[in-house]
Amino acid sequence: MAEPKKTPLYEMHVKYGGKIIDFGGWALPVQFPTGIIEEHRTTRTKAGLFDVSHMGEFRVTGKDPLGFIQKCVVNDIGRGVVGQCIYSPMCYPTGGVVDDLITYRLGEKEWLIVVNAANMEKDLAWMTDILSGFPGTTLVNESAETAELALQGPLAETILQKLTGTDLKSIAYYHLRDGVAVAGAETLVSRTGYTGEDGFEIFSAPEDAVPIWEAIMDVGKPLGLIPVGLGARDTLRFEACMPLYGQELDAERTPLEAGLDRFVSFDKGDYIGRDALLAQKEKGLERKLVGIEMIGRGIPRHGYRVLDAEGKRETGYVTTGSYCPSLEKNLGLAYVPVSMSGIGQKVNVDIRGKAVEAVVVRKPFYKRVRPTTG
Amino acid sequence: MSEVVFPEDFRYTKTHEWIKVTGKTGRVGLTHYAQDHLGEIVFVELPGVGQVLKQGDVFGVVESVKAVSDCYSPAAGKVTRVNDKVTDSPELVNQDPHGEGWLYEMELEGDGGVGNLMDAEAYDKFQAEAGTEH
Repeated sequence: MAEPKKTPLYEMHVKYGGKIIDFGGWALPVQFPTGIIEEHRTTRTKAGLFDVSHMGEFRVTGKDPLGFIQKCVVNDIGRGVVGQCIYSPMCYPTGGVVDDLITYRLGEKEWLIVVNAANMEKDLAWMTDILSGFPGTTLVNESAETAELALQGPLAETILQKLTGTDLKSIAYYHLRDGVAVAGAETLVSRTGYTGEDGFEIFSAPEDAVPIWEAIMDVGKPLGLIPVGLGARDTLRFEACMPLYGQELDAERTPLEAGLDRFVSFDKGDYIGRDALLAQKEKGLERKLVGIEMIGRGIPRHGYRVLDAEGKRETGYVTTGSYCPSLEKNLGLAYVPVSMSGIGQKVNVDIRGKAVEAVVVRKPFYKRVRPTTG
Repeated sequence: MSEVVFPEDFRYTKTHEWIKVTGKTGRVGLTHYAQDHLGEIVFVELPGVGQVLKQGDVFGVVESVKAVSDCYSPAAGKVTRVNDKVTDSPELVNQDPHGEGWLYEMELEGDGGVGNLMDAEAYDKFQAEAGTEH
């Protein structure tokens, strides 16, 4: 196997004692000496700093970037003004998911698209193919020239504000600002994240990533900021029920089945996957993604079978399951038939050959309390 | 992981369990190396009292936030007692793997095969080498 790639922040992971693993070809820390549970809880109560430089970034410019992106994705990015971020699945003609991504509108005719690291090459090939129908529009893969940090948690704004003259309160949720000086380096800052907390993602040139990381740690550490690895990144997004490609989303499932209806537009005009999604919507779903909570002892895990209330018939499968550090419960996300998706529905999970009782519960498992002002 | 002392009176498996034999009874747990490697343990499944195990049988499972691992009986015999404290507080396995975090006791069948396990010195060397593979 090829040597895993290092992000511009690799030396920081080593310096802070990260346990480095190969994550889809990237050498990244799964945790720091603080441990996953503490990293998770600190991100919920104070703040955590993440290296997400492995994510892919494509810049789309030229003649018709709007038309091109609208063709690729299922959400309506046309309603996004300059400075706005919009989340969207990108689908195959079947309605199955190629990837899920965030579009950043940088200008009237300029977007940055942030895609999953593991899907970057696939997305690039897929989108380049579609691009041939849009002469004069260009897509540039800037992944290798872009570092990305995520600062997440209730103290994220307080910490980052110490390092920039830009009033961060003026950047609303799912909005961005380009040309923000952070610790003297030029960055793009967006109020986005993958933890269910308030926070920012900071895009910079690779050579600026280490100084920015260290500046954030310097001002944040006294307030309780710690570096956070991939382990807690996953438990945080899972508690907030944010989907992960390869688990909740893949080529076999549609955004409608995944419960992402509000990110699927049927009135923006034609796009890839529209016909299949519309047909599915009109026909009604057969299965959908639900939250489950274990009643019996055990932790549901990715790929475990979901059985009916009697524990006999196989009805579905777990996409993600974990002990949840903030909620102190064993929870799962699972695809089940719509007939078994009601809140309070009893099911069983096949845990090592034993049917263990669980119940369908409301999603998301965790929702932060938003401040009433600001 | 410095200055970990593996008790002299324990015997150790290559799968990182320990057993302490007192008369006919063996007390079983996971080694410091095992718990450190797994990370924070959040779930422990123990064998049933009365269950008969052969040496090397899977007796239970420990789960950390990210990993599920089978545990193997270091000896042959019958389970006589389990440590309910670790079922309620799995973190005991991390905090005190060689003491309060023990998992079960068994009545050995003969010597239960304990004679072919590693002593503390051999295990210390074994785990040190295992640790450098990662």
